[in-house]
Amino acid sequence: MQITRNRRTRAVAVAGAALLALPLAACSADGGDDSNGDEAIELSFLIDNGEQTVSMVEALTAAYTEANPNITFDIEQRPGGGEGDNIVKTRLATGEMNDLFLYNSGSLFQALGPDQTLTNLDDQPWVADLTDDFRTVVSTDNGVYGTPVGTSMAGAVLYNIPVYEDLGLEVPEDWDAFMENNEAIKAAGDVAPIAQTYGDTWTSQLFVLGDFGNVDTQDPDWAEEYTAGNAKYVDQPALQGFLNQQDAYEADIFNEDYASALYDDGVRMVATGEAAHYPMLSFAVGVLQNSYPDNLNDVGVFALPAQDAADTTLTMWQPAGIYVPNTTEGATLDAVKDFMAFTVTAEGCEIQVTAGGANGPFSMTNCTLPDDVPQLVKDMQPYFDEGRTAPALEFLSPIKGPALEQITVEVGSGIRSAEDGAALYDEDVEKQAAQLGLDW
Amino acid sequence: MTATATPPTAKSTTPPRPEGKQKRRPAKSPYPLWFYIPAGILFTVLFLVPTISSFYFSLTRWSIFDVEFIGFENYVQFFREPALVQGFINTFIFGFMTSGLKVILGLLLGVLLTSSVIGRGYLRSVVFFPVLVSVIGVGFTFRALMDPFDGAINTALGWFGIDGPGWLTDPAWALYSVALVDVWRGVGLATLIYIAGIVGIPQEYYEAARVDGASAWRSFWHITLPLSWPATSTVVLLSLIGGLRSFDLIWAMTRGGPGFTSDVIASVIYKQYQAGFYGLSTAGNVILFLVVTAIVVPLSMWLRKREVEQ
Repeated sequence: MQITRNRRTRAVAVAGAALLALPLAACSADGGDDSNGDEAIELSFLIDNGEQTVSMVEALTAAYTEANPNITFDIEQRPGGGEGDNIVKTRLATGEMNDLFLYNSGSLFQALGPDQTLTNLDDQPWVADLTDDFRTVVSTDNGVYGTPVGTSMAGAVLYNIPVYEDLGLEVPEDWDAFMENNEAIKAAGDVAPIAQTYGDTWTSQLFVLGDFGNVDTQDPDWAEEYTAGNAKYVDQPALQGFLNQQDAYEADIFNEDYASALYDDGVRMVATGEAAHYPMLSFAVGVLQNSYPDNLNDVGVFALPAQDAADTTLTMWQPAGIYVPNTTEGATLDAVKDFMAFTVTAEGCEIQVTAGGANGPFSMTNCTLPDDVPQLVKDMQPYFDEGRTAPALEFLSPIKGPALEQITVEVGSGIRSAEDGAALYDEDVEKQAAQLGLDW
Repeated sequence: MTATATPPTAKSTTPPRPEGKQKRRPAKSPYPLWFYIPAGILFTVLFLVPTISSFYFSLTRWSIFDVEFIGFENYVQFFREPALVQGFINTFIFGFMTSGLKVILGLLLGVLLTSSVIGRGYLRSVVFFPVLVSVIGVGFTFRALMDPFDGAINTALGWFGIDGPGWLTDPAWALYSVALVDVWRGVGLATLIYIAGIVGIPQEYYEAARVDGASAWRSFWHITLPLSWPATSTVVLLSLIGGLRSFDLIWAMTRGGPGFTSDVIASVIYKQYQAGFYGLSTAGNVILFLVVTAIVVPLSMWLRKREVEQ
């Protein structure tokens, strides 16, 4: 790998980047002292290339530039996943990060070493408006570092409402009822009961990750014990997610091409009724709105059912955040702060939802969803009203093993048993714990 | 891939020193010292320093922001890596299978393309063409061709009533499918080397054999095969080194999947790197370097000895 070489070429890279950055540096140097807010500033903004992210950020920056013509944006897109993580970490470590950037909240945010690399925004007025759930996942002990882009989302079962109506099925509250529905759908013929898309391996994790709300309800201390190295996936209640996936595989209720299908295929199947269920994050709204607008309200959502209906809880993910590296200074920093404050005003929230759609409730207390949200967002409301939601594990614990998606592909393809998979995942997270310096 | 760089194993080209001269002071270099400096600096900065520092970093817990020395813990951890045993087995299967097939097919194609076959020049370039195409491009193309439902291969098999397997999605097939694509992609180079080797065999041997009444099979077995041995050893070495550390094609086609079933050492290492375990993946690279060296150095010595005996 090139890791070792990176270090050596860093000097060269820095020199090269310095040359490229000269015009920018000139900008900020000019207006470093007096912030009269009139001279032109171009903010360089690094975002991921997700469909929803791009449309939201483009709408936000365009609206801001219209109100503040002297501030313009240079938006740079990066890939998501592991490759994107590397870009962000490398730029932060070498001090070459853009003026502001978008990145995951939760355990991935913590891995950036925020206290050493980011600008603390604790003194900003909007901090008071963040929901508690979001504030904790973009903070360290020293303060708050980011503002949300987009809404929170659920990791749950997307289902095709017309299929349910045709067969007279009801939304299941426990696992047995869910499997009975699947059998009924299978018996009826044409429709695949559950869509699985292991061609995009990350989509295979939902049975396990989306089951965490149920684990949390059964044992509220589980996440804490997990971080401490005491709770394990080989034991119940956490093992159930793996067992459920194995159960579903053995019942032979997946679409025929589950091993090679991709995420977009999964969304298509559940939108058009080729499949009845698709365990997925509700950010599928983005693809639904753009590619299957006619089917947008044919798709509903329910929490991954627990064994016992009383434990069934909706697992929620927090949106990504905008962060500022501590290399951004002077008038540029002022402009960035002003822009961030704009994105979380009621107006900013509205712009985001208009451009990218809502995946769930806002992470800002001062923002409310419009009335015409997609059906699957409406379906989440009862869970919130009844207090039956919980954050996903990655927002409660910094421990997330890198091999989970391969393991869940194996469990979901009958290559490995649920118990074996869980044990393998427990070994996998030990590396993460060691890297974080936890003493297990 | 600095840590996997293997010392040159090709035949040594040092001319034998005349006896007697050896004891005298080495002859003064014809070039002044400054003449060596540019190449020396490049070599040090780009190869020597990274190689040595990779040994150091393999002994540390290295997040991108700080480095902590932890001794051999990374090695212990790496050998506990559950996918590693499977990765080792797969690496050997992949390396030896592709190397063997390239030798056999390369030799046969080499014989065919040195005979007076019609359109020889054209056929030679056709065989060599896959070598010129980007590996990632080849991988993506074959991934589409090998799709179990809409792929061209299974569609074609369907015409004959054959229900093709999930080439890349069936755990029993995935690794072999990738290996076959690697052979398709690399056999052109092996053929080229064999063509050069076979063309270099003096015609007199064949003429003499014909006079003695040797059949075509005997000329092949007793002349072509032994006298193209240098080509064979080059092909074996090149394709084995390439096969043992192969990564790009596997990553483009299966990413080691489904699950871990087509993981090789290099893809295991890459996944550690992606996960941010930089020290651990550097340790993996050092291990890969040692394994490749441990296999290739004795093999090249053996091959060279056989060559001398010819």
